[in-house]
Amino acid sequence: MSRPRQRSRPSSRRALHGEVAPGQSPLLAGLTWLLVFQSAGEALALATGAPVPGPVVGMALLLVALRLRDARDAAAEAPLGVAADGLARHLSLLFVPAGVGVMLHAARLVDEGAALAAALVASTVLALAATGLTFQWLLRRAARDGQAGSDRA
Amino acid sequence: MTDEFFRLWVYLSSTPLAGLTLTLVAYAIGYAIYARSSFHPIANPVPIAVAVVVAALAATRTPYRTYFEGAQFVHFLLGPAVVGLAVPLAREWRGVRRLAFPIAASLVVGSVVAATSAVAIAWALGVSPATLASLVPKSVTAPVAMGIAERIGGLPALAAVFAVATGVVGAVLGRYVFDAAGVRDLRARGFALGLAAHGIGTARAFQVDRDAGTYAGLAFGLHALAAALAMPLAVAAWRALAG
Repeated sequence: MSRPRQRSRPSSRRALHGEVAPGQSPLLAGLTWLLVFQSAGEALALATGAPVPGPVVGMALLLVALRLRDARDAAAEAPLGVAADGLARHLSLLFVPAGVGVMLHAARLVDEGAALAAALVASTVLALAATGLTFQWLLRRAARDGQAGSDRA
Repeated sequence: MTDEFFRLWVYLSSTPLAGLTLTLVAYAIGYAIYARSSFHPIANPVPIAVAVVVAALAATRTPYRTYFEGAQFVHFLLGPAVVGLAVPLAREWRGVRRLAFPIAASLVVGSVVAATSAVAIAWALGVSPATLASLVPKSVTAPVAMGIAERIGGLPALAAVFAVATGVVGAVLGRYVFDAAGVRDLRARGFALGLAAHGIGTARAFQVDRDAGTYAGLAFGLHALAAALAMPLAVAAWRALAG
């Protein structure tokens, strides 16, 4: 509330970080920015021939753009937040069409089903445990080192 | 009467409307059951929704291709959803930057364990080469896994199915694996879910805890980026070595 009514002078920089045109919904504005960054990511991936998917490049570009903004302007990312959080909350819905593709490979899955189920379940359990334990161990080590560093200082 | 019904049916099945509606209704059913169970991991909405859709398509003898004409609009939103992962990352950037080394090291460990253990187990059990190649990117989000599978001689549609199945397994078993292995830190639990079970694990992490969700989104996004770059190279190197 410390910045009352500065919104009369729009700029492209402000537009990215939260200005919503009159009558426009934040969801629509946020979704528009997500698509703009996805398009930029696709274009960059195509132009450089990098084997990285466009949306992943778009994510990196958006992260850079958000980090470049005025750090004090915390409320500014509101429309992007509305759209991104909305999609993240129902991320699992978006995997349903790909999952239904199981129909296409029914024969292969019947033949190799047991072996594949064993491989998928065992490898996922191993990956969850290995990643979780490694990250937790390194977090504790980093916290200890940080403590030691501040003690010395 | 039957004639009119038939005409209505032909209309519905020739537009994307039916596939799109079916997907959303099936997910609503899956989510209602999930909510009813107080978000118990076993009642994950994805397999419920997939089962409802498959049953409906089988009952009406609708091919997947026809269904996907409508469902593609939902599938398409995976793109902007991946872009949007930058938002929680930017919010938590200070914490994330301080933990650059733990993040990078855990990413490499988790990614290598996920891919090699899946391929090794399936190979030992006699799974065919094209299926093995489709298993390599199984912990990476479906659209990226499809791209990787294509580059390394796998089947993209099969890779997408493995990715979704892996996501469901990870989201369902995560809690039990973490409890058994002694992973108590919510950031580590989230990070492991996002890495091993991509978007479905990330959705699960966000439902449990905001911090866990942020680290899941981070692992999910970084894994997609790193895997897209490194997996084709790693597989090519392995094939060159193995002859």
